[in-house]
Amino acid sequence: MSDLQPRRLAAIPALRFHRPSRVFWLAIMLAALAVLTVLSVAVGTRDVAWHDVFPALAGHVESIEQAAVAVRIPRTLLAVLAGAALAVSGTVMQGVTRNPLAEPGILGVNMGASLAIAIGVAWFGIASTQAFIWTAIAGAWGTAIFVYAIGSLGRGGATPLKLALAGTATNVAFVSLVLAVLLTRNDVAGGMRSWQVGGVGGATNDRTAAILPFLAAGFVVSLLSARKLNSLALGDDVAAGLGERVARTRVVASFGAILLCGATTAACGPIAFVGLVVPHLCRSLFGSDYRWLVPIGAVAGASLLLVADVVGRVVARPSELDVGIVTAFLGAPFFVWIVRRQRIREL
Amino acid sequence: MTALAFTADHVAHGRRQRRNTCRRVIGCAVVALAAAFALTLTLGQSFTPPQVVLDVLLGKDVPGASFTIGQLRLPRAVLAILAGLSFGLSGAAFQIMLRNPLASPDIIGISFGASAAAVFAIVFLSASGAVVSLLAVTGGLAVAVAIYGLSSRNGVAGTRFILVGIGVAAMLESFISYTLSQAPSWNLQEAMRWLTGSVNGAQLQQALPLSAALVGFGGLLLSQARNLEALRLGDDMAAGLGVNVARTRLLVIMGAVGVLAVATAVTGPIAFVAFLSGPIAARLVGSEGSLLMPSALVGAILVLGGDYVGQFLLPTRYPVGVVTGALGAPYLIYLIVRVNRTGRSL
Repeated sequence: MSDLQPRRLAAIPALRFHRPSRVFWLAIMLAALAVLTVLSVAVGTRDVAWHDVFPALAGHVESIEQAAVAVRIPRTLLAVLAGAALAVSGTVMQGVTRNPLAEPGILGVNMGASLAIAIGVAWFGIASTQAFIWTAIAGAWGTAIFVYAIGSLGRGGATPLKLALAGTATNVAFVSLVLAVLLTRNDVAGGMRSWQVGGVGGATNDRTAAILPFLAAGFVVSLLSARKLNSLALGDDVAAGLGERVARTRVVASFGAILLCGATTAACGPIAFVGLVVPHLCRSLFGSDYRWLVPIGAVAGASLLLVADVVGRVVARPSELDVGIVTAFLGAPFFVWIVRRQRIREL
Repeated sequence: MTALAFTADHVAHGRRQRRNTCRRVIGCAVVALAAAFALTLTLGQSFTPPQVVLDVLLGKDVPGASFTIGQLRLPRAVLAILAGLSFGLSGAAFQIMLRNPLASPDIIGISFGASAAAVFAIVFLSASGAVVSLLAVTGGLAVAVAIYGLSSRNGVAGTRFILVGIGVAAMLESFISYTLSQAPSWNLQEAMRWLTGSVNGAQLQQALPLSAALVGFGGLLLSQARNLEALRLGDDMAAGLGVNVARTRLLVIMGAVGVLAVATAVTGPIAFVAFLSGPIAARLVGSEGSLLMPSALVGAILVLGGDYVGQFLLPTRYPVGVVTGALGAPYLIYLIVRVNRTGRSL
């Protein structure tokens, strides 16, 4: 049954037409990502000439310019990974909840991860990167279940309004809980403060390597869930009729999404709106097939976070804007635009 | 015929009874507030006999007590009460107008607007005092107008207003954290004021703009109380009852944002007070009469009590916003659960 279906769809010319344009756009986006990666290494608060960039990429650190580039490499790497992870996480969350406003930032999941980390640092003295990641994932997981549970009570299930309000309210509550935890510990508050804004500035290759396995697992789970998310998009009843185990699909797919956003929050702090903007943009270009949306969203998310990071470095010279602030300013108008559209469509 | 008369009597009796409950609750709240005020003045780090407190309040110069009470406890208590009244009033106004208890100004971004303007003025313009208050009011109003404008499309729908507010709130929040991180001498206490609100370092002259705003904007709000009650029935029903819905909404927004923004400029956005006061008051009062006054009183009790708890009853000294935030979180969750399950508004 499942391999009959694509063949039958392929026979319809109008549907086949999309294929080459998808590949075309994907190629363009990959090229854009490559250009942005180079830009991210070359552009910053200190101007670096091109003849310094390439030796530095090859590992030479002989001038101040080359040293600056060497510092930007881990940062760029983390931005690419974090952007891809957040975008895929948002895509999967939108698919699982069938809700256009679902996103790790809006739903408070990232803030849940930071609350868990704040508690861990202040009360249990966690310090190792591994402990950070596990704590963040546990916090994200708990928050996601909690927000979705209270957002979907009552008539109509998890409507966009209820879910967004539950997430925002949880967010507000967690912000004051984080402050309450930190206030007793002035010594850790300083370090937590910069982390709270969400940025890739302090990236090190060690930290990136530590979150890599979690991200890889999350990507794999998301990719494998993509086909099932397509069935879910038809509605729970139809999906069940097609032989999908709806509840299990939801649990598995959202576990992947939470691995991604929890590990990213552990490394970068809470970064909002990437997971909201990217899936919507990709959907308008590529249609709503999750088998395409997940990989394309990863590429687009990486590009978006790189752009946001470079913009943050350039606009506020000689200091820097953290990437979390830039994405909030790019993403919030987009959120308002989605809300303003005639009616808030369920996915 | 007799059955009808009986029903009318019955309804009138019930209404009278509920109105009496409402008055009784307001009376009790005023007494409780006065008691809390007296407690905060007499019992702090040390105990001051009531007689001495009275002497200081009447203007006598008592060595020691004049400073503790006149400079420390009194300004703090007065500011807490005024800010609480403001937050309670504006929170209930928004919740009733948007018919959603979760749609209080501290969740849909309006408090953040005032707070962002104040932080910007302090950090980048090195402003202080009246300028900060003025900018905070302007910021709050601008954000409210922006949300109103962005959410109007063939009329303003409550749902869209709330969602647009959530988006704007996220943006302003990150602006505030950025501005704070740019402050030259970043200190946690000062930042706390703008993140969760506190009445630390209160001065008596700050009470002046607050009371003026309460009289002006609060009066405007109370003058709309009847129309606001009608809005609870839904826009169409209210229009049918002869209420000019658009005008009422605009006046209510102006009044509510006015009191809220001035209070925010002085104490910062004290977490959850605007959000909690309305539902608690609704619980106490029941369905009859306007919620505005009871909610304002509940807000004042919350801030005064929260500040007392944060100062003296906990192992570490917390600013009031952290206490109300931590108290508010579980109640918030309970409220979301209840509202979602029954689909009811306030």
